[in-house]
Amino acid sequence: MQYLVSVIDDMSTPGSSDKRPGISAFNERLIADGYWVFAGGLANPDAATVIDNRGEQQVISDGPFVESKEYLAGLWVWEAPDLDAALTLAAEASKVCDRKIEVRPFA
Amino acid sequence: MNDAEDAITRAYRDEWARVVAGLTRRFGNLDLAEEAAAEAFATAVARWPADGVPPNPGAWLTTTANRKGIDRLRRENQRDAKHKEALMVSDNAPTESNGVIEDDRLRLIFTCCHPSLAMENRVALTLRMIGGLTMPEIARAFLVPENTMGQRITRAKAKIKAARIPYRIPSAADLPGRVSGVLAVLFLVFNEGYLATGPGTGPVRADLTAEAIRLTRLVRALMPEDGEVAGLLALMLLTEARRTARISVDGELIPLDEQKRGAWNPALIAEGHRLVRERLTAAAAGQVPGRYQILAAIGAVHTSARDIRDTDWSQVLALYDQLVNVDPSPIIALNRAIAVAELDGPEVALVIVDRLETELNGYHAFHATRAELLRRLGRSQDARAAYDKAIDLAGNTAETANLTRRRDQLQ
Repeated sequence: MQYLVSVIDDMSTPGSSDKRPGISAFNERLIADGYWVFAGGLANPDAATVIDNRGEQQVISDGPFVESKEYLAGLWVWEAPDLDAALTLAAEASKVCDRKIEVRPFA
Repeated sequence: MNDAEDAITRAYRDEWARVVAGLTRRFGNLDLAEEAAAEAFATAVARWPADGVPPNPGAWLTTTANRKGIDRLRRENQRDAKHKEALMVSDNAPTESNGVIEDDRLRLIFTCCHPSLAMENRVALTLRMIGGLTMPEIARAFLVPENTMGQRITRAKAKIKAARIPYRIPSAADLPGRVSGVLAVLFLVFNEGYLATGPGTGPVRADLTAEAIRLTRLVRALMPEDGEVAGLLALMLLTEARRTARISVDGELIPLDEQKRGAWNPALIAEGHRLVRERLTAAAAGQVPGRYQILAAIGAVHTSARDIRDTDWSQVLALYDQLVNVDPSPIIALNRAIAVAELDGPEVALVIVDRLETELNGYHAFHATRAELLRRLGRSQDARAAYDKAIDLAGNTAETANLTRRRDQLQ
């Protein structure tokens, strides 16, 4: 079962910034233990662009699709046997990244 | 005819959770398990009065429910897809020998009380899948529309399936944390029965307190070594023992100091005391008691006194001091202040209570406690204002009646 694991940052109380060495070590373990599918950090939401081409004319707007205090700062895709396994890893990920983590299964 | 009805009622109480849990293990699908179990009981209702009660009702129901489950898979003509899904969801790995008791019902309880489910959804699902309560019964108990309750159960089941919440007992390392969630659900059910909310409902829902006790007994039988399970069961029994003495014929709450102690249930008290003694022995051997065990011990002190004047308040206060360390919530601090009032007088207690105002201003018991202390200090006007606030905030009809009478007695 695959899970999308989102790293949630907060504009008003951001997590401490440089967690990269810890995250790298955590990633290596995810790979070694067979959980790792994909991971990536994201640029600031300001760098996002939304495009809507459902109507006659496409509309391009600057910024993310939803403005909120909290935003997606990065993501993983994990392969885990069940939610408990994913939650155990997510608890660790939250410590390693110093941020909230959302775990959501792929349909 | 009556024998069959009795047998069905008994089988429903005793076997529902076992049948559902067994089917869940077999088919790996909560919906299918529940529907097949319901069909098996419906078949029993149709057959037993005519054919007689089978010698082993539990086995009969299990066999019938299994057959119904398979029929259902065939009938839906999705056998392959469902089977694959069942295999995917069910835990086919050999049972981990981690020293934890294996029981299908225990797995089902932990699945229904998974921490990733919202608390109200856990309560609804537990009452449905383990308690076997019907949707209207659960909805009525928690004063929500039936379709809201139905949605909660549907949503919880859907999440279990989509997020792949495992059907298993947590590993030994996770167990203590997960049991506390199970106990929180059971205590919530009990409290809703003991102090039912809402103007349209009776003050006590004996069916719910009985159900909470029954489910806690089940968890206790499955996890006899867990101190907090024993503590919660003891707490419920000692509280339930006083239930009938707690409400007057006019539906008014009778506070502890005015209750007729002869009306307390001696069998429940004896059983509760036995459990508390068992936990005291464990505490003496070095096991640190959790909040339910301490609350049960407080209940044991109260139920040991034949008269309110014989209450060992210093013992009660010592237990509250211990409880504050485990659970430093303002509500515990408020209850501790009541014991302080008995030992050191209302003035000392009032100082403690007043310090809790910012946190508890919206809580009726805060104002009710203040009102009682102010009354004892002769400050009638302040007491009246405090009763008014408490009455505004109280949701239980018996409590409102008692507070109103107390207020109207003031000079």
